[in-house]
Amino acid sequence: MINSVGKNQLNKIILRIFLYLILSVFVIYYLLPLFVMITTSLKSLEEIRTGSLIALPRNITFEAWGTAWSTACTGIRCEGLKPFFWNSIFIAIPAVIISTLIGAINGYVIAQWRFKGANIIFALMLFGCFIPFQVILLPMARVLGLIDLAGSISGLIFVHVIYGIGFTTLFFRNYYVSIPVELVKAAKIDGATFLRIFWSIFLPLSLPITVVTVIWQFTQIWNDFLFGVSFSEAGTQPITVALNNIVNSTTGVKEYNVDMAAAIIAAMPTLLVYIFAGKYFIRGLTAGSVKG
Amino acid sequence: MSSILNIKNVNKNFGKISVLNDININIDKGDFLVLVGPSGCGKSTLLNCIAGLEKINSGDIFIDNKNMSDIAPKDRDIAMVFQSYALYPTMTVEKNITFGMKVRGLSDEIQQKKLIEVSRQLQIETLLKRKPGQLSGGQRQRVAMGRALVRNPKLFLFDEPLSNLDAKLRVEMRTEIKRLHYDLGASMVYVTHDQIEAMTLATKIVVMKNGFIQQIGTPEEIYNHPANIFVADFMGSPAMNLIHAQTKKEKDNYKINIKLANGEVASLTEKRKLKLPKDIIIGIRPENITENGSKNKQNAQVITSNVDIVEPAGSDTYVVTKLGETEVTARFHSETKVKIGSKIDFLLDLEKASYFNPSSGKRI
Ligand SMILES: Nc1ncnc2c1ncn2[C@@H]1O[C@H](COP(=O)(O)OP(=O)(O)OP(=O)(O)O)[C@@H](O)[C@H]1O
Ligand SMILES: [Mg+2]
Repeated sequence: MINSVGKNQLNKIILRIFLYLILSVFVIYYLLPLFVMITTSLKSLEEIRTGSLIALPRNITFEAWGTAWSTACTGIRCEGLKPFFWNSIFIAIPAVIISTLIGAINGYVIAQWRFKGANIIFALMLFGCFIPFQVILLPMARVLGLIDLAGSISGLIFVHVIYGIGFTTLFFRNYYVSIPVELVKAAKIDGATFLRIFWSIFLPLSLPITVVTVIWQFTQIWNDFLFGVSFSEAGTQPITVALNNIVNSTTGVKEYNVDMAAAIIAAMPTLLVYIFAGKYFIRGLTAGSVKG
Repeated sequence: MSSILNIKNVNKNFGKISVLNDININIDKGDFLVLVGPSGCGKSTLLNCIAGLEKINSGDIFIDNKNMSDIAPKDRDIAMVFQSYALYPTMTVEKNITFGMKVRGLSDEIQQKKLIEVSRQLQIETLLKRKPGQLSGGQRQRVAMGRALVRNPKLFLFDEPLSNLDAKLRVEMRTEIKRLHYDLGASMVYVTHDQIEAMTLATKIVVMKNGFIQQIGTPEEIYNHPANIFVADFMGSPAMNLIHAQTKKEKDNYKINIKLANGEVASLTEKRKLKLPKDIIIGIRPENITENGSKNKQNAQVITSNVDIVEPAGSDTYVVTKLGETEVTARFHSETKVKIGSKIDFLLDLEKASYFNPSSGKRI
């Protein structure tokens, strides 16, 4: 009797150890590339050539970071990532704000003001989420030409807003659907208008889903490469395109440390967004109905 | 008395489903109208139509003699309390109550004055800074009530405002609403599917079923003179007994023959001036079937039958027997000594009985 209890206990512990072992392997597997990137970016070219890939840097130097930021060559220009970083910021921030706002209003209308055909419109928008990027490249290029936004930052904002509306609408609609329709009815009797109800009652409820939408949209837009490479010109390229150019424009030796630093810089904003808003992201995804 | 709400030939359908059929209701200022009926019979829909939150397909609704067909909910001079209360979740109690006034552009002074007045009346002064999520069910109910009261409307609409409360609180709030109605002299339309609420609050009751009005009347009329079997069965708890019987015409009265459980036939006499068909259903409330005792009513008539079940219910004891092939509930004193299985005399007060046509279900 006692023996079997002890045996059970032992089995459990062994299982535990085994579990953690497997988890650790996966953690290392996931983090190793990041580790290599960071260490490499802190080494000098000399050290990279002579040392091993996974060794810690002997002399930590930020030289590569400085080069990546302000002097690395992207094609013929040698101004580093800096201008392109700002391009990305100027594209991502307005595009995120506009697409989130439009999504919120769309979701509000579809979920709470069920007009005739609302379901069909919603279905079409959902369908829009599944259209691959490649499919819209040519029509979009044509449209951008027609409205005179080709190659501009505004053009890229436009593209990202259009492509994002399907997702943002979906997020907000699903969130607002769980809010009882009686809230709108009560507000109507109170005399509030369509926009007033949205502004005073629905927006204040929307923090969790707004965070989810902003994170989603920001990540999508910041990490986008295809739209960036297709619809930009020399001065309006986003950071992802610039990163690609840095890595590909070889003048003599391959500067691995600069490449690594540039990649980390390009990834930094999305990382930061996750670190600071990730908590809300999880909460927003699981947030259910609102208790009145 | 002048009419405050007049509903004329109103029909409403959602797509192909017709939810309200030819509704006609008229109530006067100060009336407390209660809409009752089983779930899904169209009570909320009717209320929403009155409020203008749903469009009607045909007919007219007049509030204070003004046709409402083109008038928006906010301009109908009504206030509504919803079943789920529909408090604005991100606003404090204070903001919830003043939101309507703010939207309408009333001055801060008036808003504050009304807020204080109403919160005192409902005893929610200490809750004003809280959010709805921090309130109990009864408190939320009060806030919802407050939001309606500050409007000082011509007509109050209540959609099952007490259905989310526990039994004790319900009774308390019921009394409170009754007092409010008395104090304000306001006109109210109140939806419930609790027939006790209906009986205690109403000055007028509308019983609905499947979108049709079954009967309109005072609580007394509905209770004592139900228009059909549905109303008889729906109103009152325990429900009215509905007993199959045959009649036989005699010189100036009817003999009413009821089959007993053992196959014998008991014969009663109906002395009122009525005209009855051969087959009837007797509707008789449990309180009109009593124990054979010292204080017998004059017109009571005796039926001897077996006691099947005895259910003590505090102040009364319900005794169930079988008459006319249905279970029949009688209301006895709580001190009754009857035992299950014994054969006893039941006293039926036929003067209080209703008769229904078995095929149409209508009152005779
Ligand atoms: N928006 C709608 N679309 C289609 N059918 C509806 C809609 N709203 C209500 N109905 C239908 O109308 C009928 C009446 O609904 P209503 O909400 O008025 O019932 P009710 O009497 O208030 O019931 P309960 O006591 O359960 O609240 C139901 O059969 C319901 O399914
Ligand atoms: Mg209802």
